[in-house]
Amino acid sequence: MTRATKFAARDSGPSARVAGFIAHLRENGLRVGVAEAHVALSALSEVNAIRADEARRALRAVCIGCKEESERFDDLFNSYWMDMGRVRNKVVPTPSNSFSDDVHSSRDAQGQDVGASGDATAPDSGGDLAKSEGTGKLIATKQRNLNRRDLRDLVRPEEIAEAEEVARRIGASLRERRSRRRIAARKGDRIHFRKTIRRSLATGGEPLRLLRKARPDRSRKIVALCDVSGSMSVYAQVFLAFLAGLMRADKDTDAYLFHTRLVRITEALRDKDSMRAIGRMSLMADGFGGGSKIGPSLQRFTDSYARRFVNGRSVVMILSDGYDTSDPALVGNALEKLRKRGCKVIWLNPLKGWSDYTPVAAGMAAALPHLDMFKAANTLGDLAALETELVRL
Amino acid sequence: MIWTDLQTALSREGYVASDDLAVALQLALALERPLLLEGAAGVGKTEIARTLSAVKNTKLIRLQCYEGLDAAQAIYEWNYQRQLLSIRAAAEDGETGASVEARIFSRDFLMERPLLAAITQETPPVLLIDEIDRADEEFEAYLLEVLSDFQVSVPELGTIIATSKPIVILTSNSTRDLSDALRRRCLYNYVEYPDRATELAILKARCPEVEARLAEQVVGFIQKLREEELEKTPGIAEMLDFAAALMGLGIADLTENPAVLHSTLTTLLKTQSDQAHITPEVAGRIAGKAA
Repeated sequence: MTRATKFAARDSGPSARVAGFIAHLRENGLRVGVAEAHVALSALSEVNAIRADEARRALRAVCIGCKEESERFDDLFNSYWMDMGRVRNKVVPTPSNSFSDDVHSSRDAQGQDVGASGDATAPDSGGDLAKSEGTGKLIATKQRNLNRRDLRDLVRPEEIAEAEEVARRIGASLRERRSRRRIAARKGDRIHFRKTIRRSLATGGEPLRLLRKARPDRSRKIVALCDVSGSMSVYAQVFLAFLAGLMRADKDTDAYLFHTRLVRITEALRDKDSMRAIGRMSLMADGFGGGSKIGPSLQRFTDSYARRFVNGRSVVMILSDGYDTSDPALVGNALEKLRKRGCKVIWLNPLKGWSDYTPVAAGMAAALPHLDMFKAANTLGDLAALETELVRL
Repeated sequence: MIWTDLQTALSREGYVASDDLAVALQLALALERPLLLEGAAGVGKTEIARTLSAVKNTKLIRLQCYEGLDAAQAIYEWNYQRQLLSIRAAAEDGETGASVEARIFSRDFLMERPLLAAITQETPPVLLIDEIDRADEEFEAYLLEVLSDFQVSVPELGTIIATSKPIVILTSNSTRDLSDALRRRCLYNYVEYPDRATELAILKARCPEVEARLAEQVVGFIQKLREEELEKTPGIAEMLDFAAALMGLGIADLTENPAVLHSTLTTLLKTQSDQAHITPEVAGRIAGKAA
């Protein structure tokens, strides 16, 4: 991996290679364009570009735009510039490093095609699925594929449109919160003195027009966490459509999936094409329908993402049945911590709709004291009915 | 100037920059592009701007962002009160309307806010836009416009074109996702917590009076402490406070008195649950491991 890539003799010089590198980054999902290629070239002329580490640092500063990209950049750089004369097409298709083992391009150790093999890299006996959950990287493609479900099979476009409508209404009902401060507004309830006086300059210091100010609406941000473990798979259809709808109705919404791990799907769901968004989401929901570890997932959420994205104006919506395979105390701790950030926590449990349901699942029981609202939801209709309840929250 | 020179110059001013950061800074200077810095609180993002202005020997102009920050606070505002007074005075002197108007809408009556101030300096200043993630998205869009054109139009005065292009440093704690447009226009660096050697160098640069042995221990302790599960991970400023506190108490060895060590942890642990989590025994164990 350490020797520099050799380029073909007919290759037309450094600028073409840099353009090629930019295209390589773009193929791998970084948002870079022509302007970056230009800046990258001028950046290289500012450092000693013959030395690989300097070129790497310069290109890093130009081409990346966030922490996740920063972590992937080294791999991408190596695969293009340090590949012993070969250029690989794709290195890492998503930031999740759990993929990296089966994407080591077109050949495996035996020189067989990954698409055709599966056996060459699989463990000797096909262990059962539950076992393959979360055990190391050596479990190979075949089993992982069995485990991966295409969420597009579950969700239809009409449903997303319908869910979008429901999500928009729910979003609106949560959003009507007034700010304490006032800003200029045409139909305000108070007079905006500063502006009025400023305008009065035009009329010789006489305030002929009174300008007003009002408290603007301060929108609340919805953060949705959806459980996609095995026990929830029956309801996944509704909830995933709902998430997609929520996301499309309000661009500030943040969405996560969890089963045994937690994945942020906000970026994927922002895709303009709703079905493609679901497709991208299913790529990330690796392990869909497996076991559930609500406690650790929530814990991870509170310790990482919540610090950045959850504040007093957020409503955290958890869609889960509360069946947890890990220590239930973790759920309570995580929620307690989360509440300290000043947000509201809503738990929507599909099982609650059953006539004789009591929250006996240990995880659910531990969560109850920390919830602002605990409601049933197993159809879109149920979700729509929440609208009136949420206004009162 | 190549980037290693910049790195040495920064370290002479007491800032130990990683190689990645030094290259990014150097490029930002050479290509005249804004530099966006992200990272946890307390890794020295704001300090870079301050040090850079010292190295370049120019002014540091700081714009602290907050929710509801608007153009009037960030770019310019007319000095209404003074204009009003002026009008009243002119009325008594019998000055004509046109000349009054020309006078009260001149540069004398314009209050410069940081962005306008930054582009009208004689020599290029360092413009620090701190915690951009706290400002609203509308402001972000406005900022982009100023940063790409380096000019501000004031309707009454006309367009004010930059006399010098400021060196722009933006910092963000990533409390919200910044727009792609902003990210595209900036160079980027993610500032990590420093590794052991770097942190030791920082401590030596900032508190040269700390003995080598204690400095080793302090840095080792902090590095281990960052691995613990804490709500608020201590940053570099906290580390310096901690070292200063130990110096003040005349402690020469971290392991010698766990009770005193625990009492100095108030400089590092800033929430009640963190303080409860790191008991004297835990602190002693970490200090023992670090020593």
